[in-house]
Amino acid sequence: MSGSYVIALISATVIAATPLVFAAVGELVAERAGVLNLGVEGMMLVGALAAFIVSTHSGSLLLGFAAGAGAGLALALLFALLTLTLQTNQVATGLALTLFGSGLSAVLGRPYAGHPGATMPVLFHFDAAVYLALAMVPFTAWVLNRTRVGLLIRAVGESPQTAHALGKAVQSLRYGAVGFGGLLSGLGGAYLSMAVTPMWVEGLTAGRGWIALALVVFSIWKPWRVLLGAWLFGGMTVLQLHAQALGLPVPGEFMSMLPYLATILVLVLICRNPRLLRLNQPASLGRPFHAEH
Amino acid sequence: MPDWLPALERRPAPSSVMRMAAPLLAALAITLTALLAFAALDLSPWSGLYTFFISPIASAYGVGEWLLKATPLALCALGLSIAFRANVWNIGAEGQFTAGAITGGGVALYLAPQLGGAGVPVMLFAGIAGGMLWAAIPAWLRTRFNTSEILTSLMLVYVAQLLLAWLMHGHWQDPQGFNYPQSRAFDDALILPLLADGQRATSAVWMTALLALATWVLVRWSYAGYRMWVGGEAPAAARYAGFSEARSVWLGMLISGGAAGLAGIAEVAGPIGRLQTSISPGYGFAAIIVAFVGRLHPLGVVLAALLMSLLYLGGEAAQLELGLPAAVTGIFQGLLLFYLLAADVFTHYRLRRPPVARPA
Repeated sequence: MSGSYVIALISATVIAATPLVFAAVGELVAERAGVLNLGVEGMMLVGALAAFIVSTHSGSLLLGFAAGAGAGLALALLFALLTLTLQTNQVATGLALTLFGSGLSAVLGRPYAGHPGATMPVLFHFDAAVYLALAMVPFTAWVLNRTRVGLLIRAVGESPQTAHALGKAVQSLRYGAVGFGGLLSGLGGAYLSMAVTPMWVEGLTAGRGWIALALVVFSIWKPWRVLLGAWLFGGMTVLQLHAQALGLPVPGEFMSMLPYLATILVLVLICRNPRLLRLNQPASLGRPFHAEH
Repeated sequence: MPDWLPALERRPAPSSVMRMAAPLLAALAITLTALLAFAALDLSPWSGLYTFFISPIASAYGVGEWLLKATPLALCALGLSIAFRANVWNIGAEGQFTAGAITGGGVALYLAPQLGGAGVPVMLFAGIAGGMLWAAIPAWLRTRFNTSEILTSLMLVYVAQLLLAWLMHGHWQDPQGFNYPQSRAFDDALILPLLADGQRATSAVWMTALLALATWVLVRWSYAGYRMWVGGEAPAAARYAGFSEARSVWLGMLISGGAAGLAGIAEVAGPIGRLQTSISPGYGFAAIIVAFVGRLHPLGVVLAALLMSLLYLGGEAAQLELGLPAAVTGIFQGLLLFYLLAADVFTHYRLRRPPVARPA
């Protein structure tokens, strides 16, 4: 194996990991505020399609990213309206969001299926979005751990009752965190349809939204560990594409199973330690909050 | 929130009237949405509605198709309703459906000739066992390693589909099939009998009716069903009463997995007649919505499956006659669940009238 091949593998890994970094960091913030949004896959799909359509018509990747982020945000606000204002079950609503997003993107994307998309300009092997994703990790870690709004988000995620009693705006903070999650999921989808696989096909994300959800658990809700997990999964995607070149005598279907099986393995490794979960999981995760007064 | 807006106020007890009315409200809302969508697409709303909801079932063949698509939905959703009652979130029914099709299909392709008359029952049981096996993985991971069954059962959907694709491109591929990714056709003796001539629904409809009855007995009359229900409604009370959570998880996963596996084998040994890479238009995922819209009650689930089946047929008719993509069904499925969940707010809450402003 030559050195340039190894470098190509590593840069392919970082690129494949980028949508996961975006989506998982966004979901991490929502979960730190106590909201479990299982609609990541749906938000990514709609974001991917919106970005693809806008960038194809306008020729501007920047507008494409804006459209992807906007589409993700719109779906996230729909989720927030249902779960936060109307107090619906977060698990069921998240599933509905994923089903809705899959259907919506399949219908609206039909005329674009199979078209090649625009390509990104690169800087030191990578495009600007990779650096943006990398920057999101320290940024989120800093906001969550070092700023006032981060402290409030964590307080709302641990005990919304206490935060409410102290006069903090629980709902607004949760709306913001869920919206941020949607924005980043949309960006992740946009990067997928404009850079990783610059094209649109139905179900383009192939479970990446769900893998992002698993990454949040893997990260034990700490941004830096998201990066580690995303690179691990990015590497697996690349390995699967290069298995033939590396001469691995494994059928393609089994290589394609790797990311899904690895997700299960990673979840088991984290969840088998109940103390780790108890210490790190936001205490009110998935529980609705309704202020009576 | 501004004072003049009506606010939500928790009801002392959930409203049973609203609980029953919510699915009807959701169905009404989805019809209105369809009307608006047709109007927006410059189609006549009424002829659009007719095409979507009436014309597909206006013939005996159409009614058969309606039952044909409702069957796998109802089978999967009946199992899921038992799991969801116990707060066991199996969302991988699509994978268990595929696993059941693989194991049952394997029996049909390679064991049935040696089994003679026992072929069909063995094939069906193999399908159920395959679904159970696939659901046992998340159950074991949850009870042994505390791993969320939501994510693991979903991941296994992709694994099952890839496994089927591998078999269809390799060992189980029909050598005379012009390299299509499909197995040879099952023997005629193994294909489930039709309900009536001139349509395609099979005897799986009777299995569904039987499962609905069994589900009703389980949730309404059995101690096991009661323990699972308490575990779902009040986990702390269930722990205090000594009801095992692990037992609920295992029962919920195995029952829902087995039902999905039965749906899978009934589909490939029914309308499809062979194994192939694509065997389901998302029945396992749509069944999640069916279970909720049916209020996790057996009769409700069967009715909701008929509604969902109509959405599938309507999507196909809309594709043929109105030129809309069939994926419209997916949008309607998601919206239906949104509407139901939103309508359900009024099961637990009521609107509090804004206080009348009094001069000081």
